[in-house]
Amino acid sequence: MTTPASSIALVLSGSVIGSVGAALLKSGAQFLGRGLSGLLLNWRLALGIVTYLVSSVFFVKGISKGELSILFPMVSLSYIGAMIWSRLFFHEQLTKPKLAGVALILIGIVFLGLSNG
Amino acid sequence: MISVASGEVRVSDPAKRRQAVFIVLACTLMVGAAQVLIKLGANRLGQAGLMQTLIGILTIPQLFAGYFLYGIFAVLLIYALRHGELSILYPLIALGYVWVSILSVLVFHETMNGLKIAGVAIIIAGVAVLGWGSRN
Repeated sequence: MTTPASSIALVLSGSVIGSVGAALLKSGAQFLGRGLSGLLLNWRLALGIVTYLVSSVFFVKGISKGELSILFPMVSLSYIGAMIWSRLFFHEQLTKPKLAGVALILIGIVFLGLSNG
Repeated sequence: MISVASGEVRVSDPAKRRQAVFIVLACTLMVGAAQVLIKLGANRLGQAGLMQTLIGILTIPQLFAGYFLYGIFAVLLIYALRHGELSILYPLIALGYVWVSILSVLVFHETMNGLKIAGVAIIIAGVAVLGWGSRN
């Protein structure tokens, strides 16, 4: 069984879109607790939820064809994306424990992917 | 595009940040359960088209429960993100894979091979390191 390029493209773009969705949710969440308008007129939150849904459709479509052992680890690209957005837009520090923790998670996901091969 | 209002850097208090970490950790169990429920429901769906799938989400109890849990997860995640750091909370969601692996053995009687056990253990270690790093 080979993995079509379209599946790889879907999963990779789904990952990037998902991480952008998470950043939008975070940026929208900051406006909550400021009355009803903070919830209902919160375009960041709305866009974040839509983006998240779109990314899950990409994943489901992408994973339906091809080898899980190759596609599954690619999902973890979203964690790297989230780290980059955290640093750029929310000025969060990328400390050593954070980088080490994410690195371990990525390795663990690669193992899980391989176990499905 | 995405910018924090007036570029302020919010430093929320440590107790709230810790609470955010625990909320997301609890949420991952919900995600694991949701995925198993959706898988159970999808088995009953068979080769359904888009419309039948949408109707199925509303009428098949397992699918409905699965997506309902996902909805609760989204609300709690947004709440947690208010006070917690994205760079900590987002990778923590990977713990969901661990729950799915464990639940798959319990519910679908899938076998755990060496690679899977290693993957689960390494992810747990990564989550622990992240949680430990979020103390300060």
